[in-house]
Amino acid sequence: MGKTLSEKILSAKSGLDVKAGEIIISPVDLVFVQDTTGPLTVRQFKAGRNQTLANPARSAIFIDHSSPSPNRALSNDHLFLRQFAAETGCLLFDTGNGVCHQLVAEKLANPGEVVVGADSHTVTAGGLCAFATGMGSSDIAVAWSLGKTWLRVPEAFSIRVTGMFSRGVGAKDLILHLIGMIGADGATYKALEFCGDTIDRMPMTQRLTIANMAVEAGAKVGLFPSDKITQEYLKRQGRRDKYKPLQPDTDAIYERTIDIDASKLEPTVAKPHTVDNTSLANNLKDVRINQAFIGTCTNGRLEDIAEAAAILKGKKVSEGVRLLVCPASRSIMLQANRAGYTNVIIEAGGLILPPGCAACLGLHQGVLGDGEVCISTANRNFKGRMGNPEGLIYLASTATAAASAITGHITDPREVL
Amino acid sequence: MTFKGRVFKYGANVDTDAIIPARYLNMHDPQELADHCMEDIDVNFVKNVKKGDIIVAGANFGCGSSREHAPLAIKAAGISCVIAKSFARIFFRNAINIGLPLLECEEAETQISDGDIVEVDLVTGTINNLTTGKSLKAKPYPDFMMEIVNAGGLVEYTRKKLAGMR
Repeated sequence: MGKTLSEKILSAKSGLDVKAGEIIISPVDLVFVQDTTGPLTVRQFKAGRNQTLANPARSAIFIDHSSPSPNRALSNDHLFLRQFAAETGCLLFDTGNGVCHQLVAEKLANPGEVVVGADSHTVTAGGLCAFATGMGSSDIAVAWSLGKTWLRVPEAFSIRVTGMFSRGVGAKDLILHLIGMIGADGATYKALEFCGDTIDRMPMTQRLTIANMAVEAGAKVGLFPSDKITQEYLKRQGRRDKYKPLQPDTDAIYERTIDIDASKLEPTVAKPHTVDNTSLANNLKDVRINQAFIGTCTNGRLEDIAEAAAILKGKKVSEGVRLLVCPASRSIMLQANRAGYTNVIIEAGGLILPPGCAACLGLHQGVLGDGEVCISTANRNFKGRMGNPEGLIYLASTATAAASAITGHITDPREVL
Repeated sequence: MTFKGRVFKYGANVDTDAIIPARYLNMHDPQELADHCMEDIDVNFVKNVKKGDIIVAGANFGCGSSREHAPLAIKAAGISCVIAKSFARIFFRNAINIGLPLLECEEAETQISDGDIVEVDLVTGTINNLTTGKSLKAKPYPDFMMEIVNAGGLVEYTRKKLAGMR
């Protein structure tokens, strides 16, 4: 009987012929934490009385969520993590390197690997066909210690996407549309596996955007096939040897198949305070904004910065709107600078933030005031997410956020393209 | 294992930012976290919660971040168990790992109201609403997870396993 991508990867990893529903013990290829979950993970690790990491070269700490630190308590957390990295010899990506999920894609994760991180958006690496999933601090401490974890092999949904996106519409609109359709718990404990001609053509940057938000439908993993686009990406990142092709079997058993026609999608926005509360950008013209935030592990890649710059070129950010743009990694920032994108954004009145999570989770750099509205390219619009329960967050694509920054209200980007 | 307590009732999609906002994640003492539990959606929770009380909620409880601080905050606030229509995956695992009992019950959302007194038997999965006299049934715990719970959480469980390997 055929296997889904999840079953294939977990069978190969565990050395067993596994099917959905089985609980297995799997070796892990990469185990990481960031600076909000890291300190608790280190404490749990130490409580386990094992002081050595199973695989230091594949264990990582990222200082990205409140970096550079805005206060003494967080600075001390960072010190604690740096000290642990020095003691154990694990990888450390300190302030300025960028968001963990972007760096995992750029430098660490490969097709067919099992990746676990103390961050729910660990699913991002599913864009590279890694079985990547988020866990809490205790689970990650144990995975650090033993080099393995237990997993339930998930049932999978096949998300079949066909057709061409129309101009101004893309991956972010697709994933917001899907979450709006199936709900914030529509795929709880399931794998989302993407296929279809739209997916076959889709560049890695957009695959990562979609995989990143799989967890917003409750999914355990969001997987893309490993194909020529994966091969090209790995080659560019200097990991040519890590490529291996991976596709689900044609007779794989899926719990559900969902068909989406990409050509029918329109710019989509998730309204406060849940990601499945979606609407078309066109229906939200009356919503005035105070802040536009472009960046994060969802939409802070070079293609996003380029798209924002193309929309903002020769224009001005609306009076009274703050435009924050944050490249997701140092490498992206360098490339955006060289290409002149950051200059265009600054000339339009935008502000470039240092690579990291920035305003996304409200720890620093862009906390909302009471009643303020932000249009954000991030992945979460929960009440209080951006540091203030009285703030209102609308999630959208980079194009929609950039267009809205110019007009001062939520805007269908096709109006300014 | 039985619990009895007053119910704090919430709706669907109670996310981890609601349970414990990110601005408190640098606190290490579970009691400090508990002082801010639910504060962005219910300022009265911390004022009124007593040891043994129970949270009842709709679908997808604990959705969002992987922060283990969320079940830690609930547990340290004195909550004996959380009953919901369904739980988000990472929260479910985290709660088991730190020893916060969870029960999945389809009818709890409609059959239990805020302020009801409820008695829960974790082993049989029976939920008795003492206020209304109704009895509900929850899904029993998977065996694999019961092992972790019985060991006192994942870290304890692993410590024992490691000791066994030596």
